[in-house]
Amino acid sequence: MSPELRQVGRDEFVLNMGPHHPATHGVLRFVLHTDGEIMRRAVPEVGYLHRGLEKLAEAHTYAGYVPYTDRVNYLEAMFCNQVWSMAVERLMGLEVPQRAEHLRVIACELNRIANHCVTLGSISMDVGAYTPFLYLLREREAINDLMEALCGNRLTYHYVRIGGVAHDVDGAWVDRVRAFLDHLEPVLDELHSLIGGNEILVRRLANVAVICASDAVGWGLVGPNLRASGVDWDLRRDAPYSVYPELGFEVAVGRGERGQVGDCYDRWAVRVVEMRQSVRLLRQALDKLPAGEVLAKVPRSIKPPAGEVYQAVEGARGELGLYLVSDGSPKPWRAKWRSSSFSALSIIEHLSRGLMIADLVALIATLDTIAPEMDR
Amino acid sequence: MEQLVDRLAAHWQLGPWGQELLAAAAILGVAALVFVVALTYAGVITWIERRVAGRTQSRIGPNRVGPFGFLQWLADGIKMILKEDVIPAQADRPMFRLAPYAVMLGVFSAFVTVPFGSLLIGADLNVGVLFLLAITSLVVVGVLMAGWASNNKWSLLGGIRSAAQIVSYELPAGLAVMVVVLGAGSLSLQDIIRAQGGAPWNWFVFRDPFCLVAFFLYFTAAVAEGNRTPFDLPEAESELVAGYNTEYSGIRFGGFFLGEFANVYLLSAIATSLFLGGWQIPGVTPAAQADSVLLQLAGFAVFFAKAWALVFVVIWLRWTLPRLRVDQLMGLCYRYLIPLAFVCLLGTSALLLLVTPGSGADLALRLGTTALGGAGLLAFAWRVRHHIRRVGDRVSLDVLQRGARGVFDPALQARRYGAFRRGQEER
Repeated sequence: MSPELRQVGRDEFVLNMGPHHPATHGVLRFVLHTDGEIMRRAVPEVGYLHRGLEKLAEAHTYAGYVPYTDRVNYLEAMFCNQVWSMAVERLMGLEVPQRAEHLRVIACELNRIANHCVTLGSISMDVGAYTPFLYLLREREAINDLMEALCGNRLTYHYVRIGGVAHDVDGAWVDRVRAFLDHLEPVLDELHSLIGGNEILVRRLANVAVICASDAVGWGLVGPNLRASGVDWDLRRDAPYSVYPELGFEVAVGRGERGQVGDCYDRWAVRVVEMRQSVRLLRQALDKLPAGEVLAKVPRSIKPPAGEVYQAVEGARGELGLYLVSDGSPKPWRAKWRSSSFSALSIIEHLSRGLMIADLVALIATLDTIAPEMDR
Repeated sequence: MEQLVDRLAAHWQLGPWGQELLAAAAILGVAALVFVVALTYAGVITWIERRVAGRTQSRIGPNRVGPFGFLQWLADGIKMILKEDVIPAQADRPMFRLAPYAVMLGVFSAFVTVPFGSLLIGADLNVGVLFLLAITSLVVVGVLMAGWASNNKWSLLGGIRSAAQIVSYELPAGLAVMVVVLGAGSLSLQDIIRAQGGAPWNWFVFRDPFCLVAFFLYFTAAVAEGNRTPFDLPEAESELVAGYNTEYSGIRFGGFFLGEFANVYLLSAIATSLFLGGWQIPGVTPAAQADSVLLQLAGFAVFFAKAWALVFVVIWLRWTLPRLRVDQLMGLCYRYLIPLAFVCLLGTSALLLLVTPGSGADLALRLGTTALGGAGLLAFAWRVRHHIRRVGDRVSLDVLQRGARGVFDPALQARRYGAFRRGQEER
């Protein structure tokens, strides 16, 4: 056999997907080794959006770094604010007023709904349906308006502060949130039946890129991605913080609704259910909202005693962790973020073999990776 | 047209050379006319597409240039002509430059045989349907050329996908067309239309159940051939960036674009002529229509309405459905559409043998199929209505956005939704 002939079937088509590609959701790059449309390997390359956020923390005061946490992940800025504040509060031994805790839950759950709107929208856009994206962004706009009324910002909220929250709310805002929830619930039902029930969407997502439970745990997946694989784990319930123990909610777990447990469709469906649960949480938190202060007495210069703390919250993408070391000075000695997108990205190379290019796009979208969070 | 040329030549008492020149001028004139008509239609479709997309997505769409933004397509065309035409350094230059013309040639030449009215046709070829199937295949050559010449891997993938898709879907489309040709006994589009009637039960789509299926087969396959969502894999934005036209810019990109949109009209026009009775008016014979200018215009209007209704359906599909995957697309074609097309062909042939045309059984079959199709349409309309009612005022269906005063108010819906978001009861 001639050397040329021996090469037949071994050649790889190397494709560069990104850093500027419509499906990579930010500046993220994949090197695809394909055989025609079928993937042999997809190697993610990160680092295009590295801004040195962790190093920046060492040069800022504890309070001064809070606006930077907004930039860790612009789609779930509230959670980043919250985890930073909670870590510092734990270092200082600071007690947060109950009203502030409730407002944090309200703001975070609104943020979770907004984030899932973007995620579900971009999933549907990545499988070719452009219209649902706009409808979902419209719902997110309503949340942005609420957030603007709450704290003056629509994206980088800077609302949760060390010791509480920045601004109090009045009854009118609470009514507006209630009106929005009344509006959102039928929208969610419609979303699930009209878009989630679309035969083409189901075929594009069901049984595609199945992540089994052991793989999901092994690769460090968290949040909706982990739960879609059938692992019943939610920090809000299993490592309770804030006022979540007082509120009733269910944890959405993938059931293999249209295919296997852990396929792309489950990752879609889990997020839809999570939005419903967020609505439920919001209603309870709004009802229970106690009177009182929204900000604890925080010293003007924050100097936590020397020590270290790992604080995690259940963000919209799952466990959002922060490891913070204080040396007793006004600036942190070390801060390390544990981001869900980074671990979610690492599983792509493992899963990519045998997928088609279109499946890879669906996988990236349903894993809900976001470039600023993985590069920081 | 030949008669017209002969008559003019006789009138002006031209010699043989003069006659030839006149004929050549007439051919050029008709070609230019067809080209301009096709361009205009393609342009208008881009406008309709964007308006319909706007309404589908609960936004407004273009509304600045001309009334309701109607002249937007002209503005866009001028913009494209003025834009820089970038050719990548490593591209295969001649092929890169030629590719859009191949696509445009494939689509626009097909317009020659589109029967807009009983006499309004560029050329009534006796092999019209075959000509259509053949000439539209030129598109795949252009797309493949573009994909290869761009020297871009995404373009190449798009080009190959497109070639595979168009070649595959030509099979069910051709077979579905054959179902009609069997019934009409002619390949000429005008003859096929004359073999039908004005009333729905005389249309080929409702001639028998197999024809009804063949209509959907043709429509699906034609949408796939035109690279429209849900079959827009060759230019799948989220996968292949823009597929074969990734590297194109300026008017060359515009060429692909016009080709695609002209193709939307083309497929609707062909479906109208083959299945929906073309320009036939109920109660008017083709001969009577040919004699009267007014009836000609009425026939044109009928054809226009039917074709644009189908164009609307194509646009509607695009903005509602997600995209299939490559293997699913091929599976759909080879596993379902082609076998189904063969069944239709056999079924229609059998019925042609068993049922004498014009007999009572034939009429019963036609009426029965019409009732079936009508019931299907009604059920669909009912479902749409049901969904619209359930959606309530979250989506405005006020297409022209007329406010309470009945005047054009583009911002009305945005304001309504804004009012809702602000928690005010402005509605």
